[in-house]
Amino acid sequence: MGGMKWKVVAVGLAVLLAALAGCGSSGNTSTSSSQSTGTSSNTEQTATESTSTAKEFEGVTLTLLMDNDSSRDGLTAVAKLIEEKTGIKTEIELRPGGSEGDNVVKTRLATGDMADLVWYNSGSLLQALNPEENFVDLSDQPFMANVADSFKSAVTVNGKVFGIPTGSATAGAWLYNKKVYEELGLSVPHTWEELMENCEKIKAAGIVPVIGSYQTDWTAQLLLLADFYNVLQEVPTFAEDFTANKAKFATTPAALRGFEKLAEVYERGFLNSDFLATDYDTALKMLVEGQGAHYPILTFALENIQAKYPDKINDIGLFGQPGDSADNHGLTLWMPGGIYLNKKTQHLDAALKWMEIYVSPEGINAYIAASTVMGPFAVQGIQLPDDIIPAVKDMVDYMNAGKTAPALEFLSPLKGPNLPQICVEVGSGMKTPLEGAEAYDRDVEKQAQQLALPGW
Amino acid sequence: MTKLTERHYTYWFLLPAGIIYFVFFLLPAFLSFFFSLTRWTLTDWEFIGLQNFITFFKEDSLRIGFRNTLIYAVTTSGLKVIIGLLLGNALCSNLKTRDYLRSVVFFPTLLSTIAVGVAFAKMMHPTRGIINQGLALLGIQGPDWLGNIKLALFSVALVDVWKGVGLATVIYIAGIMSIPLEYYEALQVDGGNNWHKFRYITLPLVRPAMHSVIILSFIGGLRSFDLIWAMTKGGPGFATDVIASIIYKQYQAGFYGLSTAGNVILFIAVALLGVPLYRFLTKREVEL
Repeated sequence: MGGMKWKVVAVGLAVLLAALAGCGSSGNTSTSSSQSTGTSSNTEQTATESTSTAKEFEGVTLTLLMDNDSSRDGLTAVAKLIEEKTGIKTEIELRPGGSEGDNVVKTRLATGDMADLVWYNSGSLLQALNPEENFVDLSDQPFMANVADSFKSAVTVNGKVFGIPTGSATAGAWLYNKKVYEELGLSVPHTWEELMENCEKIKAAGIVPVIGSYQTDWTAQLLLLADFYNVLQEVPTFAEDFTANKAKFATTPAALRGFEKLAEVYERGFLNSDFLATDYDTALKMLVEGQGAHYPILTFALENIQAKYPDKINDIGLFGQPGDSADNHGLTLWMPGGIYLNKKTQHLDAALKWMEIYVSPEGINAYIAASTVMGPFAVQGIQLPDDIIPAVKDMVDYMNAGKTAPALEFLSPLKGPNLPQICVEVGSGMKTPLEGAEAYDRDVEKQAQQLALPGW
Repeated sequence: MTKLTERHYTYWFLLPAGIIYFVFFLLPAFLSFFFSLTRWTLTDWEFIGLQNFITFFKEDSLRIGFRNTLIYAVTTSGLKVIIGLLLGNALCSNLKTRDYLRSVVFFPTLLSTIAVGVAFAKMMHPTRGIINQGLALLGIQGPDWLGNIKLALFSVALVDVWKGVGLATVIYIAGIMSIPLEYYEALQVDGGNNWHKFRYITLPLVRPAMHSVIILSFIGGLRSFDLIWAMTKGGPGFATDVIASIIYKQYQAGFYGLSTAGNVILFIAVALLGVPLYRFLTKREVEL
């Protein structure tokens, strides 16, 4: 009987321990998150103590919701500047990135529980947030005069402008390892044909020509999306026609070409053998270590490389996905995300002041001083420093030559949600390019109907 | 008619639980039937009849989704029924380390599904994962567990079985323990061996437990989502998509009405498969 009793006690203890372990872990996360906000408010407090004169917005705290993937160095520096000048404190709330983050943003908007300032994508994803209902129209604000028109068009809905740029623009491009290029005596390709020839030589040297990281499925889209500069050269009206249900990927040869390039890289055996199980972080490692020569990706990857492999960042160069003409080798640009102003904010004047400083030359310079420049800014009159990294220099060259075009998602509200998976299928031989394009057209049709767009 | 004095308690005691059940279960269930007929943005809705159901059935990956859901439910529930029975039987014998082994078998059930999924996804990496590196030591070239589209769903199913078989085993142990010892003693007197004990006493009399395991694991398999999402996100491509992950992706895309329609369809499918299965199984149970 005594033994029985002990057993009961032991089981009870085990249950208790498990319960405690559960509490402990959840308790930990909550303290760590409060710690991060704690430190930020600490620095803010010391900043206010150092100045004694009363400021216009003393005591106002604005909340800003952003994803946890983006670098916060620049933002924090500008927030500090804003506090020194106006007394407005900025409290950053973090959310996950990707579509999990979209859920958080949409749900918080729908329940009226949104932060004052919202850091979110521009282009097609913004359209899905119903900006006219949720955000303040900034069209008539004087500070918008500083913002470049190319960015404004990506945050304009029905003629109203809703956002200021979060930081610098990025590109969808091929990052390449310059050391591999040097060792094999290769030069930057200006046509798709030349690029494929380079890949053959790299493969013959026993190096992976193109790094595929389709485990992180959005990265599979780059070969298609970064080809859009070439699409626009052949069919300048593709974006409008696509939105109006007049042009399809499957029936527009220039657009279908992107799917074909995606398939060609796989068929010719240029990908790493485990490309379906390789993720984004591993791919970056392969690129900087020279196990792979090219990685088609969004250039915000440069920030991750800078953070993780700072001594290798100068080995990385960049070129746009080439088309068929060597004279017209351009780059597809991704506009920076926007910062939007919640219509339900309690501090409208303070928030407008906050935005004004954020896009002022003073604000941008504070941003540049605190972070590595990763691309051109969408604000007029900004001089980039001379010590920018080589890949960004390559990017600026395309800008100066006028050979850039925005990606499709900044010209059309349509972007089918299943594109990552469809690109994985085409990029791994499960579907032909034409089947993939047709599947994507159906996916877009579904989205257009859900958005209730005219003409679908 | 029963008098109040015979019932001991008044029906009012049911009210708190009833309200919670109504507000958090019945009400959302009925609302979802309604919203499945609308184009819904969470704040605004527009009635569009059966359009969502038509769109859902036109979904490209739907056929893969239904097929995968069935394969997954049958594989995981079948393996859990068989392995659970063998483990349960073994853990009811007079092994010295029986109690210790019982907790070992049950342990994976206590872990977070997402953590298990993320950990196994790393371990199943074709070149860098510990499983294939271990196989390489033995001179075996391991497969691409999650990258091979023919294998990926079964890899996930195996992890599901590893994680869920503990619960099945516990249900079996309870079932076996409830069989009166007299039956075994009678068989021993008649000269039966261990196999006879298992075949003629344990197996028929453990049926109620087995049916619970079948029903629970089959319905669990039909609705399965978290492990698949943590390990493959339905990929590569759509190769491991199940109905629940297709619905989730539609929800992520902001198609709330459409994903609600998908949930209604999943509910009906689970009911259509689950109820007849339950009827069939309960009919065959033997009274102890």
